[in-house]
Amino acid sequence: MTWTHEGFEMVVGLEVHVELATNTKLFSASPNRFGDEPNTNIDPVTLGLPGALPVLNRRAVELAMRIGLALGCEIRPCVFARKNYFYPDMPKAYQISQYDQPLNVDGSLTLPDGTVIGVERAHLEEDTGKSTHVGGAGGRIHGSEASLIDFNRAGVPLVEIVSRPDIRSPEQARAYVAELRSILAAIGASDAKMEEGSMRVDANVSVRRPGEPFGTRCEIKNLNSVRSVGRAVDYEGRRQVDLISVGEVVRQETRHWDETDGRTHTLRTKEDADDYRYFPEPDLVPLAPSDEWIAEVRASMPPLPSARRACLAEATGQDAVSEAVSTVVDRGQDDYVHAVVAAGGDAARALIAVKEAFADEPASPRVPAEDLAVLTQMEVAGEVTSTQAKTLLAEIVAAGGGDARALAAAKGFEAMDTSELESMVDDAIAAQPDAWAKFCAGEAKAMGAIVGHIMKASKGQADGKAVSAILDARRG
Amino acid sequence: MSKRISSDDVAKVARLARLDLGDERLEAMTSQLDDMLGHFADIDALDLDGVEPMTQPYPLVNVLRDDTVAPGLDRDEVLAAAPDPDSDRFRVPPILGLDG
Amino acid sequence: MGRAVELAAGVRSGEVRAADVVEGYLSAIDAREAEVHAFNLVLADAARERAAAIDAVVASGGDPGPLAGVPVALKDNLCTRGVPTTCSSKILDGWRPPYDATVVERLAAAGAVVVGKTNLDEFAMGSSTENSAFGPTRNPLDVSRVPGGSSGGSAAAVAAGFAEVSLGSDTGGSIRQPAALCGVIGVKPTYGAVSRHGLVAFASSLDQIGPFANDVADAALLLESIAGHDPGDSTSIPEVFPSLGASLRAGVEGVRIGRISDLPAGADADVEARLEAAFEALAAAGAEIVDVEVPAFTYGLTAYYLIAPAEASSNLARYDGVRFGLRVDAADTNAMYTATRSAGFGDEVQRRIMLGTYALSAGYYDAYYGKALKVRRLIADDFARAYERCDVMLTPASPSVAFPFGSKTADPFAMYLCDTYTIPSNLAGHPAMSVPFGSGADDLPVGVQVLAPALGEPVMFQVAAELERRAS
Repeated sequence: MTWTHEGFEMVVGLEVHVELATNTKLFSASPNRFGDEPNTNIDPVTLGLPGALPVLNRRAVELAMRIGLALGCEIRPCVFARKNYFYPDMPKAYQISQYDQPLNVDGSLTLPDGTVIGVERAHLEEDTGKSTHVGGAGGRIHGSEASLIDFNRAGVPLVEIVSRPDIRSPEQARAYVAELRSILAAIGASDAKMEEGSMRVDANVSVRRPGEPFGTRCEIKNLNSVRSVGRAVDYEGRRQVDLISVGEVVRQETRHWDETDGRTHTLRTKEDADDYRYFPEPDLVPLAPSDEWIAEVRASMPPLPSARRACLAEATGQDAVSEAVSTVVDRGQDDYVHAVVAAGGDAARALIAVKEAFADEPASPRVPAEDLAVLTQMEVAGEVTSTQAKTLLAEIVAAGGGDARALAAAKGFEAMDTSELESMVDDAIAAQPDAWAKFCAGEAKAMGAIVGHIMKASKGQADGKAVSAILDARRG
Repeated sequence: MSKRISSDDVAKVARLARLDLGDERLEAMTSQLDDMLGHFADIDALDLDGVEPMTQPYPLVNVLRDDTVAPGLDRDEVLAAAPDPDSDRFRVPPILGLDG
Repeated sequence: MGRAVELAAGVRSGEVRAADVVEGYLSAIDAREAEVHAFNLVLADAARERAAAIDAVVASGGDPGPLAGVPVALKDNLCTRGVPTTCSSKILDGWRPPYDATVVERLAAAGAVVVGKTNLDEFAMGSSTENSAFGPTRNPLDVSRVPGGSSGGSAAAVAAGFAEVSLGSDTGGSIRQPAALCGVIGVKPTYGAVSRHGLVAFASSLDQIGPFANDVADAALLLESIAGHDPGDSTSIPEVFPSLGASLRAGVEGVRIGRISDLPAGADADVEARLEAAFEALAAAGAEIVDVEVPAFTYGLTAYYLIAPAEASSNLARYDGVRFGLRVDAADTNAMYTATRSAGFGDEVQRRIMLGTYALSAGYYDAYYGKALKVRRLIADDFARAYERCDVMLTPASPSVAFPFGSKTADPFAMYLCDTYTIPSNLAGHPAMSVPFGSGADDLPVGVQVLAPALGEPVMFQVAAELERRAS
């Protein structure tokens, strides 16, 4: 799917900030927790108090290494650097980050459709606190009377993942973000929830005629969902092309995406940007993970979504890029499907069942694998119709388990055998001569009346599919 | 004598550092800094090709700590020392003119 | 044996009461502090309470520690929980840290009695303590003269008998130079030997905390009490800090003392004379004097005055009026930052912040900060080569004896020259100490500086102890 507007293509790079799933902050032992009372997870380092010194969190490094390995990066000896600028939620007035010697470099992310997007780097840095603005309209900075700062989030470990500008369409942008999210969750590095802010995406967008040098790019912020990423990138591409087409110049600037009006707006121009005066952080020493440590991290990595999708696809005979496979892997419920198969269940039916009915279940659903296995077996053996199976499934999920056979018997569910069905069909044809005539004349809709008659007579126990097959055969 | 640093440079640096020098002090500061940079020009005579920068005096690597929670600071004690505390947060004037 | 060593032994054995000891020092403070102004804050009540507590421990058969009852003064850039820590700056006037520096905790664990927080050049930037926002400290030996800086208060407190020992901090000579000017011992340890956790940072890759004392043995005791790995400081050396007791008695037979033949000029004749005498004394004691070269030594001043302000400009950015300290109100946050910092920082601090910001700024990093880091490497390499041929080196600690107030304040660079001989040790991360060795002009004390390689404290103290024996 290519994006093109008046002969231009878009060139997009994505910068994703991910909050790591550690117990404590990057440089101090305060809890890394979302949603606590303001300013309750603070310590001298978090607040940037005089005399406070940072000490690096080993687990944060491990998770950052996992991200690097998952993205095929080279893990290198690295140093931390200070990025100096003033902002009230930045307690030291500098952020400890990585600059010219980052931890992970030169990786890539393969989209489900096979497109490879380059990853330039993935480095460690600390998060800032949060400011809320009071007195202005809608909680925005503009027109506010004051701001209130909460430092709970200050110092939380982040990995910033910077893609190469290889993305060429809104669909690719969305797919990149979705797949990255999936990977991060799968390797346990982060819960990567855009809606909670544990994964934040900024897009760098420029346009050009194919083959020409890169155009001026704008940075788009405030993308709070995968969908916003696609919409914003599309809008911005068009905006830039439209400017160029009337002879105007794209200004290098940071723009804010407004989800409500579907447009980007100027936030600030790059000329106003601070000089960050990066220099190596003197309070920290270099980080050089040993080959042994890297091997340990690699060995402890859970399988990546792409591998899990391939595995599930093979087990169930479905396509790896099918919605069922993607959804189930995304939810982390693929292990469960494999367990159902191991317990004797039908793979294809198990996959559909989990996809359809387990959306609200955790990665390890409450329903014992054996229970679902039995249900799928019953359906395959024709002991229940697919409609009946759906009903039983819903009940079993709601109850967190159940004996499908017992439930079916209690409900009086049993699939009817063919001769029973045939005599019911004959009765229905006799009772609905007009509908039958129309159906024989080619009106497929007329089948509905006849099937309805049969369902009523059988109290819903007739297998709709089998009935249709018999009617088709009768019609000849 | 040509200047190494101009008062425009100094004014820019003052803004970066959030210092208000005022016109008089700006001139004085410019001349003092220029004087110092003149003294510091002695290192221009050195051949520094291939010399590795030295950022830390004692060569340590991989200083790490366990990911275990330790007690932090009491919010009330900290806010009591703040210039303008709210009930549970630090208050500042409207945030304008900053890279945010 | 040092006076603090004796004192502690007496208190621990019950012979002497800590309460009586501290009263003596508090009386000395009463008598002369108004004139000397060594302290920003005298902690008389707290000291008495602490001394009483130590006596109680001894009375119940316990051991309060190796510094039991020893009165100690702390430079006011060391965080003391609940006790104002001002760095002699308006921007921190009244600020009470919610935590103790590691060295403060270790002193407490060793039984020391803190008598007060001492005056310093604002944020440790200076060589005379004239840059304090709360007025200068006067040299107890001649109150018309400076005590040196930036740890002028800590040096004066020991020289005046207000405390038996004290702690200062040294970034470019801020312990050794005031020690020399006040006639006491001052030690800057190997970088990383003493935890910087709780030391308000000036220049992170150069700062070290160290002791002032009247005796080499006391300086050794104090250093041993505070040194050693701290997991709360990532730059803290993991190795066990060497013990120094044996060094004090070892003598200098066969020790190779380096004389730096290309040492930059600038020391006064009286200081040079005392340095010569020191070489002679050590030679007479059996040491071997060796000529060595440290060609990059002379570029230390430049490298330091680019690196230190650069790091300082970043370390001092946190003083923004948001979370603690001074705030000058304004219509918006940006204006508040500027108003607060302009009102809160003194001239020298502002000057160094400006210099440091410039040295790091876009387009200038390579020419200034980047270059200075390379010069630093040259200095370290030159030292390493020289230490193949000698065990320690000797230089002046200060180019002159204590100078009159106002005599170096017209030109900032004139003041910077005070650090000529002390700076290179900070750049290399090496230990160095100043030992009083006789008098110079106007009968004022002269300090001789002993330099050693990283973790060379044992041989450094070995030589210092000999100099002390031969000083009179």
